[in-house]
Parts: sequence; C-alpha cells; structure tokens
Amino acid sequence: MKQTITNSIQNEQWTEVIESKYPLFSLNLKEVWRYRDLVYMLVKRDFVTSFKQTVLGPVWFFINPIFTTIVYTFIFGNVAGLSTDGAPQLAFYLAGVTLWNYFQSCLNETSNVFRGNANIFGKVYFPRLVMPLAIVISNLMRFGVQFALFVAVIIYYMLSDGSVQPNLWVLATPLFLVMMAAFALGAGMIFSSLTTKYRDMANLLTFGISLYMYATPIIMPISAFPDKIKWLIELNPLTGIFEAFKYAFLGVGDFSIGMLGYSAAVIAVILMAGTLIFNKVEKSFMDTV
Amino acid sequence: MSNIVLDIENVSKQYRLGEVGTGTLSNDLKRWWFSVRGKEDPFLKIGETNDRTQKGESDYVWALRDINFQVEQGQAVGIIGRNGAGKSTLLKLLSRVTKPTTGTIKYKGRIASLLEVGTGFHPEMTGRENVYLNGAILGMTRSEISRKFDEIVDFAGVERYIDTPVKRYSSGMTVRLGFAVAAFLEAEILVVDEVLAVGDAEFQRKCIGKMGDVSKGDGRTVLFVSHNMASIKSLCDSGLLLDNGQIYDQGSTDLMIKRYEELGLKFINESSQKISEIKRPRKDLGLEVKFIDAKILDSNNTETKTLKFAEPFKLRLYLKAIYREVQNIQLGVRFETGSDIYIASCLSSDSKRYFDIKDENNDQYVEVSFNEFYLTPGEYYITLSARKGKVFYDQVVKAVHFEILDYSDKNDVEHNNAWGLIKVESEWH
Repeated sequence: MKQTITNSIQNEQWTEVIESKYPLFSLNLKEVWRYRDLVYMLVKRDFVTSFKQTVLGPVWFFINPIFTTIVYTFIFGNVAGLSTDGAPQLAFYLAGVTLWNYFQSCLNETSNVFRGNANIFGKVYFPRLVMPLAIVISNLMRFGVQFALFVAVIIYYMLSDGSVQPNLWVLATPLFLVMMAAFALGAGMIFSSLTTKYRDMANLLTFGISLYMYATPIIMPISAFPDKIKWLIELNPLTGIFEAFKYAFLGVGDFSIGMLGYSAAVIAVILMAGTLIFNKVEKSFMDTV
Repeated sequence: MSNIVLDIENVSKQYRLGEVGTGTLSNDLKRWWFSVRGKEDPFLKIGETNDRTQKGESDYVWALRDINFQVEQGQAVGIIGRNGAGKSTLLKLLSRVTKPTTGTIKYKGRIASLLEVGTGFHPEMTGRENVYLNGAILGMTRSEISRKFDEIVDFAGVERYIDTPVKRYSSGMTVRLGFAVAAFLEAEILVVDEVLAVGDAEFQRKCIGKMGDVSKGDGRTVLFVSHNMASIKSLCDSGLLLDNGQIYDQGSTDLMIKRYEELGLKFINESSQKISEIKRPRKDLGLEVKFIDAKILDSNNTETKTLKFAEPFKLRLYLKAIYREVQNIQLGVRFETGSDIYIASCLSSDSKRYFDIKDENNDQYVEVSFNEFYLTPGEYYITLSARKGKVFYDQVVKAVHFEILDYSDKNDVEHNNAWGLIKVESEWH
C-alpha cells in the first residue's frame, strides 16, 4: 500500500466506483440480468422447500383456493345473497380468489424483502432487485397451478350447461398477470423500503391488505356496489384487471378498455416510484433495518 | 498503467447510536430540508470518534473516518485492530453491503466478500442444491458452479453427505461446504472476515493455504481480517492497523503486529503503571496477599527493562499481606508474548519453596533467578501469581514488560522472528 498518489491513477478504468451519493436514476438493469441465475435458484428454492416434510405436498396449492371459494360461496353467495352478475357462484368466486391470492402473496412477500432477508443482505452484495423479482416469479408458479384448477372449473361449466362464455380476451391473461405483478412489485417495494426504518408500515400493510380486498371486486361485481362509492372502487387500479379477467372467462362484468388503460397508467407510475425508492434505499438500508 | 486494483479515498462511515425511533423522522425531515436548499447534511458535521468505552455527547459516531489506502494486484493485506476499530465496517463498505457516508471506493474486477460462510444456506435443501444457491448468491453462474462442483465438494470433504439436507450436517461440515464454494469464486479481489474461526485446525490450515494460493499463485488480491496473528502472519505480506475508525499505521505484517501489540498494552496499562494498581481481571482473587512491585535485575544486579540475549537475570517480586501474615504462599511467574502466547511458567513449589508473607512493610521481596533461559530478541511480558493450593490470592496479567536486545557478539547470524521465541542449545554430531 502506498499513500494516495491521486494524479497518476485518476484516469484509469475502474470496474466499479462506490460513492456516497448516487443519482436518482442509477438503476442498473444490466447487473440484474447478470444475476439471472440467482433468480432461478431462488425460485427453485421456494418451490423445493415449500412442501418439504408435508404429506400432501403440492396439493396444498389447491386446498387453499378450493376452501376459500366454498366459504365465500356459502357466506357471500347464499347467506348474504350478493349478486355475481349471473355467473355461476363457484366460478365467480374462484376467479376472484385465484387472482387475489397471487396479488396478495406477491405484495406481502415483496414488502418484507429487506427485513426478511437482512441476514443475507448484510453479508453479500447482489442487486437487491433480484429478490422481489424472484418472489413475483415463484408466486407465478403457484398461480399457474391454481389457474389450472380454475380453467378446469370453467371448462366444466362450459360443457355441462354453458353458463359461462369465455371470449377471446382470455388471451390477454398474461397481460393481466404482468399488470398485477407490476403493481404488487411496485407497492411492495415502496412498503419494503419504508419498513426498513419505520416499522409502522408493516402494521399498516397487514390490515391494509385485508381491507383492500373489499375495495376490489372479488366477492361482488362492481355493478353490485352502491352508486355513491362506485367511483372509489373504480379508482382502484385492480378493479379494471379483475373485471377484465372475469369478463374474459365468465362473460360477465363491466369491462372497458378505458378502465384497463387507467389501471396500466397508475401501475406504471407505482412501479417506477417503487423501483426508484427501492434502488435508493438498498444502498444503505443495512444501517437502519 | 499501475497495478493498483483497489483505491479507497477519504472514506468515512457514520452511524447513528441508540434506537431508531421517534427522533428519526424529525432528523430525516431536517436532513431532507437541508438537501432541498442545497446545503450539506447537518448531521455530518457532528459525530465523534468511535471509542466504545467513553460516553459521548452526540448520537452520531464515525465508525470509520478518512480512510485512505490503496492495494496492488496480488497483495494480501491483513486488517487488524481491536474490537470496534472499524475492520468489519470497512469490509462491509468494500463488499457493498452498505455505502460510505462520504468518500469513494474504486476497484477493478469483481470483489467477492466472505463476511460469513454459507450465506443463504437453506437447511431443508441438500448440500448440492445449497452449493448452487450459495454460489449464485456470491455471483457465480450455474454453468460456472457445475464446472467446479466436483472440486468444491472435494475441498469441503463432504461427498458422502452431498445429497442430504444441510440441517443434518454438523456445524463444521456446513462451514466447510460454505467456505469451499467461496474458495472457488473467480473474483479478482477476495475480502475475508474472521470466518475461519469455526472450522477445526486442519480445515483452517487448508483455508489459509487456499487463500495463499489465490493471492500468490493466481495473482489475485486478498483482504483478510482476523484476530489470529498467526494466520495473518502466514497469509499476508502487508498490514493495515485500524484504531477508533482511523488508520493507525500501515506497513509490513510483522511491524503492524508489533504495533498492534503495543496498542493493546497501552490500552491495558493506560492509567496505572504501578503493579499494585493494575486492574486484576480475575474475579475470584482473595487479595489477602498482593503484589506491590516487580523489578528485573540484570547480571550486575541493577534494575533494567532491557536484557542482552542469553544474559542471566533475576526477577524481584515485592509482596505484602493486607490483614495478617499469610503462610506457605506459592509464587508463580509466566512468560508470554504480547499476543498471548505463553512461553514458560515457573512455580516456586516446583523447587519446594513456599513463602510466608508478612503484613509489616513494603520492602519484603522474593527473588527468582533465571540463568539458562534464552529468549530470542523481542518484547515479552511476565504474569505474576500468588496462591495457596487452588486458592488464588493475586494474579497480575502482564505485570512486567521487558525486551531482549539483539545478538550482540555473534555477527554471523542475523536474528529475525522466524527463529522462534526460544533459543535452544543444541549439539550436532
């Protein structure tokens, strides 16, 4: 080691320069791409370890939506007698539950990224964005299994009494998913970044999510909401997606391209904000977490 | 083009002490308000040096302050310092776990950091799956890991368990596997914290050897933090001594270890030089008999702190009984180095000598002479003890400090510390 000889080495090519301040838009997606194998390994880890030492294994993927749907059908459909826009109750609730499960687990897990992985983040550097991406993808696999169940139910209704009429919009399902994933990712990253310093956010999110479910057309279609608060429900970016999804598979609901466009715009803003905040916080969150 | 691969300029790191609570929000708002107006962060001006023993005024401390140094390619640098000197903070900054408060770190190539082995190991997954996961976390691609998989397993020595979940591993096996993955990283700069302390001696040697190969054989750069001076010495060619978040000194490994030992002793004896006032770390001491003073006498019976090599010397121990006379006391002296390597112990009971210590005056002493004790040149310490059977009355750690001077008459051999601590007379036939 020599004392600093600043002049002679200033012009050299450094691979990486760590500074105390970064510009706001210093998102390094190339680096994330370089760590794609890590995303793969993390997804694999989630999949391999979720059902170790369970008897039923992946069957648990089905049990959750089936029972939730049965309970909803009983309480909201039969006891409360809420409308389903004429679609079969089982298919209607299953559609909502399948979508909602995906959104909810993505948001929950993403918002816990910094705290839950503090022990890893505190020891090794890798682009932190890898973690939320892995979460969104590994939940996608769980969604895939539940979605297969949903499709089976739809096909059953199509063949037995024709009470559901899927249309060409089913092809847009990947788009709906990407939008939801982006929303969960964006919001999750905002919450995750704030929770590193302010744990209040974790509490807020826990009951916030359960309340948010009722502001989303899951247990009843948007047409069943009173006119006075309809605008509030329509403000929710998830509304457009859920209605579009139900329209595509069940042939019911208030679907409009305008609503979907509005959702896309709001989600894009949230995703951008989330990525920026996350990117800023990831550099020094270890000091406060 | 010079071959400096790591350049650290004016790096400081500030931490906030105490709890992150209600005060945080107001400080954050203040900080934000200053930055909106384009002013400096007001909290950067305050903050004190990070001396954990002193009570400070401010809530902010500098864990690192104005660190400047450069590392050349292929160098193995040992980073040493007392607890809380800032070693781990420095490594955290280097491995990008957190960012510096001020300053810049520049480097060439990839930095692989080993602040812990087996990061991200999942107990439910098999050894094989964990090697891939851990490797990916450390920045390897899957094909890279596959290529080296056999070598990794071989180095760790866990072939038999590779398809067993890691939770069934012994802790040593987990560490072995974790280190093995990291050892085969293809990073240009390797940053290693004290991760080896857990493995057994054989594995530690293997790891030090591997890191030596990495730095000397492959020309890669290693930064190594340890409290184990022996491994620093065997691996590193230069050292960086940190104290209270600042660079205390830098230079050759041997010199730094010496400075580190001085620093440690300065810390122990900072306040009290008199033996009767040195703090006793042992809590079970009777203290009915206490050491008052100790002197080293050279062959002319004059008090000294330095001895010539192979010179006979005497140790004179002043003792006093505090309440009443205590009989049949055994005295003991232990010679040791600054880094706590015990060289030899002598007990008065070895030569069937027991002493009755009176409570009258401060002048009663016991002498012990050493005529054939050939310590090689260097600095040494003597720890004193007084006991009766298993009851310790007094023990003074590193009570006496002395130095053996370099060979005076034999010019044909030059002494260095590769020779060991003791010179043994040998006859060659």
